[in-house]
Amino acid sequence: MATPHLPRPPHWATRLLHGFCADHLVEEMEGDLEELFHQRVQIMGEKQARIRYVLDVLSLIRLFVLKQKVTEYSLLPNSIMLRNYAMIAFRNLVRQKGYAFINIAGLAVGMTVAMLIGLWVYDELSFNQYHQNYNHIARVMNQVTDEQELHTGNSLQYPLAIELKNAYGDQFTHLLKASWTQSYILSHGDAKVSKIGIYIEDGAPEMLTLKMLRGTWAGLRDPHAIMLSESTAKALFGDKEPLNQFVKINASIDVKVTGVYEDLPQNTEFHEIQFFAPFDLWVSMNDWIEKRAVNDWNNHFLRVYAQIKPNTSFEKVSNTIKDTELNKIKDLEGLQEQVAHHPQIFLHPMSQWHLYGSFEKGLPEKGPIQMVWLVGIIGGFVLLLACINFMNLSTARSEKRAREVGIRKTLGSLREQLISQFLGESYLVVLFAFCLSLLLTQLSLPWFNLIANKDMHMLWANPWFWLTSVVFIGLTGLLAGSYPALYLSSFHPVKVLKGTLHIGRSASTPRRLLVVLQFTVSVTLIICTIVVYQQIQFAKNRPVGYDRKGLITMEMKSSDFYGKYDLLRTALQKTGVVTEMSESMGKVTEVASGNGGFSWKGQTQNKDKDFGTLTVTPEHGKTVGWQFVAGRDFSRELASDSSGMVINEAAARYMGLKNPVGELVSWTWSQSQKIKQYRILGVIKDMVMDSPYEPIKPTLFYIQGFNGSVSWINIRLNPRVSTSQALSKIEAVFKKLIPTAPFDYQFVDQDYAKKFAEEERIGKLASVFALLAIFISCLGLFGLASFVAEQRTKEIGIRKVLGATILNIWQLLSKDFVLLITLSFVISTPIAWYFLNNWLQTYEYRTHISWWIFAVTGAGALVITLLTVSFQSIKVALMNPVKSLRNE
Amino acid sequence: MKGTYLGEFEEVVLLAVAIRSGDAYGAAVTSEIEQQMGRSVNLGAVHSALHRLEEKGLVNSQMGGATAERGGRRKRLYSVTIAGKRALEEIHQLRNQMWESIPKTAWS
Repeated sequence: MATPHLPRPPHWATRLLHGFCADHLVEEMEGDLEELFHQRVQIMGEKQARIRYVLDVLSLIRLFVLKQKVTEYSLLPNSIMLRNYAMIAFRNLVRQKGYAFINIAGLAVGMTVAMLIGLWVYDELSFNQYHQNYNHIARVMNQVTDEQELHTGNSLQYPLAIELKNAYGDQFTHLLKASWTQSYILSHGDAKVSKIGIYIEDGAPEMLTLKMLRGTWAGLRDPHAIMLSESTAKALFGDKEPLNQFVKINASIDVKVTGVYEDLPQNTEFHEIQFFAPFDLWVSMNDWIEKRAVNDWNNHFLRVYAQIKPNTSFEKVSNTIKDTELNKIKDLEGLQEQVAHHPQIFLHPMSQWHLYGSFEKGLPEKGPIQMVWLVGIIGGFVLLLACINFMNLSTARSEKRAREVGIRKTLGSLREQLISQFLGESYLVVLFAFCLSLLLTQLSLPWFNLIANKDMHMLWANPWFWLTSVVFIGLTGLLAGSYPALYLSSFHPVKVLKGTLHIGRSASTPRRLLVVLQFTVSVTLIICTIVVYQQIQFAKNRPVGYDRKGLITMEMKSSDFYGKYDLLRTALQKTGVVTEMSESMGKVTEVASGNGGFSWKGQTQNKDKDFGTLTVTPEHGKTVGWQFVAGRDFSRELASDSSGMVINEAAARYMGLKNPVGELVSWTWSQSQKIKQYRILGVIKDMVMDSPYEPIKPTLFYIQGFNGSVSWINIRLNPRVSTSQALSKIEAVFKKLIPTAPFDYQFVDQDYAKKFAEEERIGKLASVFALLAIFISCLGLFGLASFVAEQRTKEIGIRKVLGATILNIWQLLSKDFVLLITLSFVISTPIAWYFLNNWLQTYEYRTHISWWIFAVTGAGALVITLLTVSFQSIKVALMNPVKSLRNE
Repeated sequence: MKGTYLGEFEEVVLLAVAIRSGDAYGAAVTSEIEQQMGRSVNLGAVHSALHRLEEKGLVNSQMGGATAERGGRRKRLYSVTIAGKRALEEIHQLRNQMWESIPKTAWS
């Protein structure tokens, strides 16, 4: 037995040897190794001996690995034949490097596009699946009928939530009241951040199965608690332990951190939410809830989230609870109007939140799911293009191999063997392209994430991904390989070898059809891209009606902002970097509030709904730069202007007033039956505040109204001062006057640009895919053209001898392709027009599809085709006829 | 006779087997070569050479008895066959013949 002083060889190396070495040899080898080791310890010391031991093990492993390979080969039947097939396949690829490249690259690009799109579709469809109770979570929604139209919403009344819990609580695992989500200021010491959060009852962490990094799911039971996302905790505390620390919300309420959870991934509904706080805290922060809302069936403000019991279904529960509100309010006084609206309650399952999230006339809007379909179809088409290429080229090239088939058949090959040979070859190429596309996808994913505004990863561990890939490889290999496999293997060897085999024109008909299909798809995609961009440009060029440049805006998030208007304004103007400031209800880039109840002279019946109603300070016009068509702006000096009103052109039109300035408008507030009288001071040009694709909403601006106060600050920077200098001075003013809030501002022009983000994203994606489609199509065309040119080398030689000019030959070779492209253009035009017309109908403010788009696309496709084809045809046309005719 | 062509290292290994005649196994051959030639040799290289020599029929082998110095493990003993002996002799003769053909003037 070994004493502790005896040197030992490295244990891991011995284990390695056992792993590689065959059992019957291990004894002998290990013996040799050990003997040499002990000898070497004597001669050169233990350290050297150990090194030599490892080297010896490695050298033995190499010996055995090589040995094993040899035995493996001999285990397979027909190993020689298989090796021959592999060699021939490889030689064919190497000899025709150009074709091999076109084939593999084209297919790989197509597969990459399909994979990226597949990932995108998967991401859309798997939205919210991060939550383990995904299949049992829903939000409670209500639906009312108003003037024959169904309206659906997720704002509920407080008494309804209570009634649901009391009457049907046994149907739910969780039934949670929650606030709407909103941005709040969180602070700890000097660290201040502005984060979106939600106030929700204490079952939420369990229902949403948050992954807790600190604390437990029970963290919201304490009414003065807060649970932070990992990134928020990091921003507030850095590397300090966040648990049990205190955080201030909006600089007024102290709460204790009772948990930190892993950030929710981007494909969840709640990913923007950075903290959860107890619902009771929200109630205590907003005393109007206790005072007015708890028993008010008119005040819709709550969100209610539910997790149903596992043994029931959403339909069953929806059916049970649908008349909850109706039954409760039908006997109550003063609610007969609501009863007439026939309110219905239902559950909206989490699986539908993302793609069926918004309702129009009682039914989910189809836009999002159509988008998924559309993108999926585009991906499918690009892939189809690549497959067509692959088929086209491999069938075209395979005719070159007719001789090989002849020889193989004479030497005794069976037809089945030939079929498996050709199929095998096509699988080899497909597999190679697949590996390449995996690499390409991995590399382009970060960039694709950027464009698509998502956070997608390769699904290496997802069995569905691999299953789809295998099915796809199987299909492509079969499709591309079946024609040569079945057709070539049917050749009569004598005919082929004698050279009397003629592959007729009919053989190339399917190939032509495929080219037409390919270009139809590409041309359609290009037309679509151009129109999408045109629509975006059209909306961008719409006159905006105010000046976005040099205007910044910030939300008045805490009560510290209020009552300091004059103070702020004078302090800011004194710095010299601000020309004017104002406060307004909502941002400049939104119509934050809408109301009815207005009446005016000459009003026709039923025309009192749907005004945008916004409170502003008198300087608002000067700050945002609105432009007057008639009348004048508010004036601080005139006390009567507090009951004045500025309206936009859309409102003037809507009200049917020829000379609106000076007219009286009265506003009846339905909740209190109070009336206010206004006089119209001026009419301004329409301002694009909401969606730039929608018609302008008739909007009224006033200094005092019923519907609340100002909530945003707007600041006009002095154009003669640099922005960074201005910002630092403004920040200093805010630090002094409102020290509790972070200086959290937005540029109005950037905010406005966000309105185009969705369309620009579609445009970018569409253009990338269109470009790739054209690229793939051109690759195919190029391959085909060079094949045709090569086939007709002799013919062209003879033509040249007989006096044909280069131009003649160029025309001869290009004519066919030009015909095909023209045909595909004719097919794609109505298809593209149909789809685009439908798409544009969804926008109120839209461009029209003009003929030049089609003309330009057609001409472009023709030019690209000619360029692609000409490269080959000119090369052939310039060839010396002696050379092409001499060799046989 | 292409089959009996001997590489330089194979020749060295074959010689070592002959030297350690009766007790020629992997480790013994390796240390013999290291001592004689004064250079370090990989065990794997020696074994692969022994395998090739056996395939060519220049050596044959059998499992020997267990010994204490190897932790009770058995060893494979190699011995030079008639063909191996002839191959060595041929090489020796060839070298001698070539030595003798060198003209005296070559060294002056």
